[in-house]
Amino acid sequence: MTILGIDVLSFLVIAPALSALIVLLLPSGSKAIVRWAALGLAVFIGAVAVVVFFGYDRTNPDYQFVVQVPWFELLGASWHVGIDGISATMVLLTGILTPLAILISFEIEERVNMHMALLLFFETGLLGVFVSMDLMIFFLFYELSLVPMYFIIDQWGGPNRKYAATKFMIYSIGGSLGMLLATQLVGWTAGTFNIQDLSQTWPAFQGAEGVFLGIDINTVKALAFVGFFVAFCIKVPVWPFHTWLPDAHGEAPTAGSMLLAGVMLKLGAYGFLRLVIPLFPDVWVAQVDILGVIQTNWAGIFAFLAMLGIVFGAFAAFGQTDIKRLVAYSSVNHMGFVAIGIAVAALAYGQAYVNGGTEYTQDAIFAMNGAVLQMFNHGLSSAAMFLLAGGIYHKTHTRDMTQYGGFWVKAPIYGAIFIFTSMASLGLPGLNGFVSEFLVVRGTWPVFTWLTVISMLGLLFTGGYILKGIRAVLHGPFNMKWRGYNLEIELREVVAIAPLLVLMLVTGVVPNWILPVINDTVTRLLGG
Amino acid sequence: MNLNDILSNPDLLPWLIPVGPLLAFFIIMLATNRAKMVPATSHEYGGHHPDYDGMKVPVVTLQSRILSVTVGMLGTLTAWVLSLITVSNAFGAQHFGEEVFGDRLNWLATGVGEFTMGVLVDPFTTVMLIMVPIAVTMIFIYSIGYMAHDPRQSRFFALISLFAGAMLTLVVADNLLLMFVGWEIMGLCSYLLIGFWFEKESAYKAAIKAFTTTRVADVIMLLGIAYLYASAGTLSFRDILYNEAMLEHLASTPAIILGGWGLSAAGLIGVFLIIGTIGKSAQFPLHVWLPDAMEGPTPVSAMIHAAAMVSAGVYAIIRMYPLFEAGGNPHAGEFTTPLMLMAIVGGFTALFSATIAVAQNDVKRVLAYSTISQLGFMMAALGIGAYIAAAFHLITHAFFKALLFMASGSVIHGMEHGEHHVHEHHAHDEHDEAHGHDDHHDHGHHFDPQDMMNMGGLRKTMPVTFWTFLLGGLSLSGFPLLTAGFWSKDEILADAWLGLTHGFGAPAFVFIMLCLAAFLTAFYTMRQLGLTFMGEPRTEEAAHANLGQGIVSFTMTLPLIILAFLAVVAGFAGVHPDFPLFGAIFSPEHNWFHHFVGPTLLHEPASIDFSIVPVLFSFGVALGGLGLGYWMYWRKPLEAGQPDPLVSILGTVHPVLKNKYYLDELYATLFIQPSQWFARVVVSDFMDHGIIDGVLHLIARVFTWIGDLIKNLNIWLIDGVGDGIPELIAIFGTWFRRIQTGRIQQYMLLVVIAMIVIALIFAVSSGFLVQAAG
Repeated sequence: MTILGIDVLSFLVIAPALSALIVLLLPSGSKAIVRWAALGLAVFIGAVAVVVFFGYDRTNPDYQFVVQVPWFELLGASWHVGIDGISATMVLLTGILTPLAILISFEIEERVNMHMALLLFFETGLLGVFVSMDLMIFFLFYELSLVPMYFIIDQWGGPNRKYAATKFMIYSIGGSLGMLLATQLVGWTAGTFNIQDLSQTWPAFQGAEGVFLGIDINTVKALAFVGFFVAFCIKVPVWPFHTWLPDAHGEAPTAGSMLLAGVMLKLGAYGFLRLVIPLFPDVWVAQVDILGVIQTNWAGIFAFLAMLGIVFGAFAAFGQTDIKRLVAYSSVNHMGFVAIGIAVAALAYGQAYVNGGTEYTQDAIFAMNGAVLQMFNHGLSSAAMFLLAGGIYHKTHTRDMTQYGGFWVKAPIYGAIFIFTSMASLGLPGLNGFVSEFLVVRGTWPVFTWLTVISMLGLLFTGGYILKGIRAVLHGPFNMKWRGYNLEIELREVVAIAPLLVLMLVTGVVPNWILPVINDTVTRLLGG
Repeated sequence: MNLNDILSNPDLLPWLIPVGPLLAFFIIMLATNRAKMVPATSHEYGGHHPDYDGMKVPVVTLQSRILSVTVGMLGTLTAWVLSLITVSNAFGAQHFGEEVFGDRLNWLATGVGEFTMGVLVDPFTTVMLIMVPIAVTMIFIYSIGYMAHDPRQSRFFALISLFAGAMLTLVVADNLLLMFVGWEIMGLCSYLLIGFWFEKESAYKAAIKAFTTTRVADVIMLLGIAYLYASAGTLSFRDILYNEAMLEHLASTPAIILGGWGLSAAGLIGVFLIIGTIGKSAQFPLHVWLPDAMEGPTPVSAMIHAAAMVSAGVYAIIRMYPLFEAGGNPHAGEFTTPLMLMAIVGGFTALFSATIAVAQNDVKRVLAYSTISQLGFMMAALGIGAYIAAAFHLITHAFFKALLFMASGSVIHGMEHGEHHVHEHHAHDEHDEAHGHDDHHDHGHHFDPQDMMNMGGLRKTMPVTFWTFLLGGLSLSGFPLLTAGFWSKDEILADAWLGLTHGFGAPAFVFIMLCLAAFLTAFYTMRQLGLTFMGEPRTEEAAHANLGQGIVSFTMTLPLIILAFLAVVAGFAGVHPDFPLFGAIFSPEHNWFHHFVGPTLLHEPASIDFSIVPVLFSFGVALGGLGLGYWMYWRKPLEAGQPDPLVSILGTVHPVLKNKYYLDELYATLFIQPSQWFARVVVSDFMDHGIIDGVLHLIARVFTWIGDLIKNLNIWLIDGVGDGIPELIAIFGTWFRRIQTGRIQQYMLLVVIAMIVIALIFAVSSGFLVQAAG
């Protein structure tokens, strides 16, 4: 499939950047033209993403829409793109969310060109990561996505934006450094950056009789593993690498928060699925002694951290009075389910690699299906939650929930949408979040039984913070301070959130519109 | 496939049963819920809302009101008609039970397999399909009048439609997951409806309490579902429960955790699922949400207490019963862990909440505790293996409890009417005599239309309400022979007695607890009736309490009459064939209910022999309680200002009962406040801000110091050595200086370095770990 003479995946990566340039060059005098042009371009790119998703043939076990062009031959890197079921889902998510974020950005009045261009540029980074089959390309786009988001937070954010943007940048780069080293180590050693090839050769690599560069090969692998592990843990974020997130999400402008929570966090989870599981099956299951008392392995440690994220994320959200920080912490909570699902998959994949088989294959398929679907679902519901939180912030200029109260009186439509979205976020059966959380819990239970039990505490407090949010915004007598304000949701916001609401309901009622795409890839990967 | 094919195919028809109300929800929400803006001071925006001076607020238009009510009614009537067709199909089917109606679709991809969603109508579903739509329809009719002046009536009808749709989904579900979907959506609906008057603090607090308390149980239930799915490979009821090999497998596998305690997989799954019901059906210790749930409009209370929410909990247990029984046999004295749990929790709750009900003065609160108590009867019955009796009591209870709630709603409505009357009357007085303003003001503020102490004598002004309330109350008390409550309660006691005579502990415990509870039930019902309807009005409001005329009065009366009829006759469906006289009349061949519902199970439960002893106990406790209540509250009805005689009789016990054993306070101290403190102080402030960010900031500071050092060194070098020093350092220095513009920017660099160091330490140490291990 080609568009305008270039293959469709390369088009998806390049088009947003080109659109960004176009938007930048438009006369800044007429904000309307800039806005509508940006929206039009983003919608077009989104439409292509939708076409790609539905054009993906899940029964075909190979990567699809593959293009490989020599690029940096000296290093063994090439422009190599292609998608499987997991990437297809993420491409779809990105394609849907970007135009909605741009529509929400219509409320930005300062330097409109630049703002819109950065959002589009950001999309290039995201899509680039999701379609790349080359480790070097992966890394480049992974880093590229940081820059526009840094400026979006730093320039258009809330009162504490400088701190938040810097913290976001530092954290991310801090993680990336290790990842860069690991990327170089793996790529240079294997002589290629092709991820598919690496998935075969790197785990099998034994150096010269178990020694490489004079170091034990297991240590080398563990170092490379940790490089990726920390980087992606920061991005997901996995507890305790999460403290950049409430600041960044809280201070970012609405569109920034939507894309940050909606897509950017998935880069981390995607990195685990695409790189860390296939490249390091033996490291995941290698025994680790903690202080000589607890014997576990990296999958167990990861699951434990994920559980802490679920529980502490929920508690932290419950403890907030700032609405955007509350929603931000909810991401820590929800992404914890992604992480624990990944942990199960990693354990099963590693056991199968090392021992030639595992009793957890079916559980891992459930868990990984759930994790990927949860990535998609969290993208929908967190973006919608930030849209609503941002909407009310934009109208009242405060994020302090104690200043709200009784908004349902004057804003019944907003109230209904807020409750609907909150319930999707809470994981109400019948809506999207439940399906993925159920799959994760089902998959995790036989493997990490006690961790699953404890993480139910997090699920309980998910209810706690969601109800707290609803209570603070909608319930109670109307706060007469806002008597003269129009608090009702605007038509533009309704248009922006409507696709998300529809997808939440449809995914909750008929999850098989998307799950088989994920399932087939996952099943092949885990050998079910 | 066209609609006709579906309608004429009994296997497919159940799909459509929940569709009507669900569709009604969406239609009302999206199309027929239009509002107009009126000043908040207008009478159209009165009642349960504060006045907002000079602000305009949305109030549903008359047109939307009519359309929404119509759509809602059509939805529920469709469901009723389809249920009736299904019921008649079921009655006409051969070997129904062994053969069932059902259909399934692929729903979720799971590796190489698929999770299927489907519907199932078996005998037990059928009796639910008789009860639920009737009760729901009555509640809908009643709501037309009850909510006629509410500014958000459209929303109300949308939500109760969703509620009804969710309950019907739960009833026709063929697997545990779909049942859980209906279960949780009902949880949402009750949250939204309990908090329907969301501007009232008590309302939204009750809503949050209900949702949170049931969620405690639901997350544990979710584990049970996941565990069952993992062990059985399916969640379909028939595949698990109608399959002996599967049950045996589950009962003989040790549990994945706590297996050391001799718990089997079936046992642990059962315990998890039962905890779900303990929350949903408001059993001790998770019962605390239900009494507060009456903050919602009264039709909602009827919905929650009778037709839907709490019945769903017991329904789920009855549905999954063979799983709980697996590995044991209660009729042979082998009680599995889940059965013991049910017997103990149910028996205890039945008596525990009956004692609280005795000391309540709020007309709805008494009923709320009676619901908890009656659900305890059902749980206890299931714990001792009285499967049919529990199912029977579930149905009869739904009828008389829906009746009682709606009748109490009429009482409250009547009292509010009376209050309104008095209010206007006083207003006139003020004009005429220019005094009494403060009087009336205070009066209006402190008057509680739900407090039975303010009532009395209502039988004169509200006769229909009185007679229907009386029938419902007698049914609840188990008034012998004539009421439905008697027959179902008697059957539970008969089962318990049988176990007791065999010398089994659990049935003995249950028998004693339930007899005591039944005695108290009869007593507090008489107390309630006496305080509300007997004697002379104790307040001016009570003297003027009535339902008025017209559509409101009609729609609020009709359902009472229909339900009163059912509260009497429903019991005759389950009379023991050997019961003197009544057995010959109503069960000439066999106990209809037992005979019809029994085949739901693979092993049809055996009928027990008739015994006169439990019947005598039933007579004794019901008549004893009623008699005592009559003696205390009917013979000499309370007069205005006279204290409740119970206060002096119970002495120091009374405040304990009145305050519900202080459990709310206890939970607030033990759970709510600590978790709020933990969330805010420990997790947010201490852990995230204090430790994690603190460590990062500390590292940042250390590197700031080093940075300053290097900068000074740089300056010294540049000044001292001049241009000869490599440019790189100069650039480095300028870069550092730029970073010095603010504290936060400093952190940037510093934290980068910090992160590298952390990552390196992490990497190296873990490398050593791996090395050490391997």
